[in-house]
Amino acid sequence: MNKVLFSAVSKKFVMALAGLFLLLFLPVHLGINLLLLKSDPEPFNKAAHFMATFPLVKVVEILLILVILVHISYGVTLQVHNWLSRPVGYSVRNKSRTLAFSKFMIWTGGAVLIFIVIHFFNFYFIKLGIVDGDPENFYSVAHQLFAIPGYVILYWVCFLLLGFHLYHALQSAFQTLGFANTFWTPVIKAIALIYAVVLPIGFAIIPFVIWQFK
Amino acid sequence: MKLTLKIWKQKNAGSKGRFAKYDLDGVAAEMSFIEMLTYLNQTLIEKGEEPVAFEHDCHEGICGSCGMYINGYPHGHIKGMTTCLLSMRYFKDGDTIVVEPWRAKPFPVIKDLIVDRSAFDKIQAAGGFITVTAGAAPDANSMLVSKRNSDLAFDASICIGCGACVAACKNASAMLFVSAKVSQYALLPQGRPEAKERAKAMIAEMDRQGFGSCSNTGACEAQCPKQIKLFNIARLNREYYKAF
Repeated sequence: MNKVLFSAVSKKFVMALAGLFLLLFLPVHLGINLLLLKSDPEPFNKAAHFMATFPLVKVVEILLILVILVHISYGVTLQVHNWLSRPVGYSVRNKSRTLAFSKFMIWTGGAVLIFIVIHFFNFYFIKLGIVDGDPENFYSVAHQLFAIPGYVILYWVCFLLLGFHLYHALQSAFQTLGFANTFWTPVIKAIALIYAVVLPIGFAIIPFVIWQFK
Repeated sequence: MKLTLKIWKQKNAGSKGRFAKYDLDGVAAEMSFIEMLTYLNQTLIEKGEEPVAFEHDCHEGICGSCGMYINGYPHGHIKGMTTCLLSMRYFKDGDTIVVEPWRAKPFPVIKDLIVDRSAFDKIQAAGGFITVTAGAAPDANSMLVSKRNSDLAFDASICIGCGACVAACKNASAMLFVSAKVSQYALLPQGRPEAKERAKAMIAEMDRQGFGSCSNTGACEAQCPKQIKLFNIARLNREYYKAF
């Protein structure tokens, strides 16, 4: 039974499901973040308050953190196993024609993880009372943060790497789940491209607008 | 043409290997890569040096024994070609060619460019077969197969088990090989009765042999000399999930 639950394919299956769940969270987060562009802080603060207090959201929040941990732990376990599968490498770099993004998933994923930690220190830990700040006025917290150019650039770099990660992740998840054929694969690839471009740009616009125009 | 060859030399699995450099003159464009290596060996034997050990057999791209990693590509840089069919006309006079064995934990080097690919045999033996009742051949129309499935099964069945997919994969994954071997049966009615056991057993054996997992990078498909498609890996995954 252990061989079945922890086979390479089973681990990939769990990783794909976890990844797709995380993908669903991003448009919700972006939708709320776009309220930061309004000059009135009330809509964003109300939305943030709702997300912090509504019981169902709190359950989803815990689920989300668990899913992130599963995705990371399975990803790291598989990567270590993959490295061990080739103890002696080639002296000439492998030039096989593949998509560059697909080869660096562990690194782009690692960058996204570092970003999540920084992001938690910037916002989420205020809500938990670990970091100082007003949890009822995240609008002001965001505006203060993105007035610092260094943070704007850091967020941009992380969104760019998130886009690289998402582009391969989405199509790879469907392939792992077994959804691939001559009709659906091009459709999934197109959706992956839109997802990987539109979402990071959406997130990147917010710090830029606050930095330059607010 | 005149070539500089840097070829991996290793006495056996336990010894430490190194690159040996050979300057080879008189290579004809009409030679295949295997013929060029044979010619190199002839010159080495005449000089009293040890020849390079490499595998080859059919010389028509169907046996899968001639795999080697040439200048960063399994089977060389020409798409859909085995080393034995790789013509020297794809190289230029004065080129330096670096030749290495397949690199993967489950494929230990036996000598020089020869690796032990019996891990593939073990995966195949775990479930890559159908149980048939021996006797007279059944009527051809007693079991109908759609043209689509027939074509897909045939496309999967042309996998020659050379190991280029493992060699090309950054994870040394054997998923393309296993997916081809599972697909050739999964798509045909004769393969369905044992489909569940086959998918489970072959994947368990693949893991046991120490191959990496699939990251869906597509390097295997790009380098497969028989151009086995990644869709087969999705089918293998489906077959595996359906087995529970």
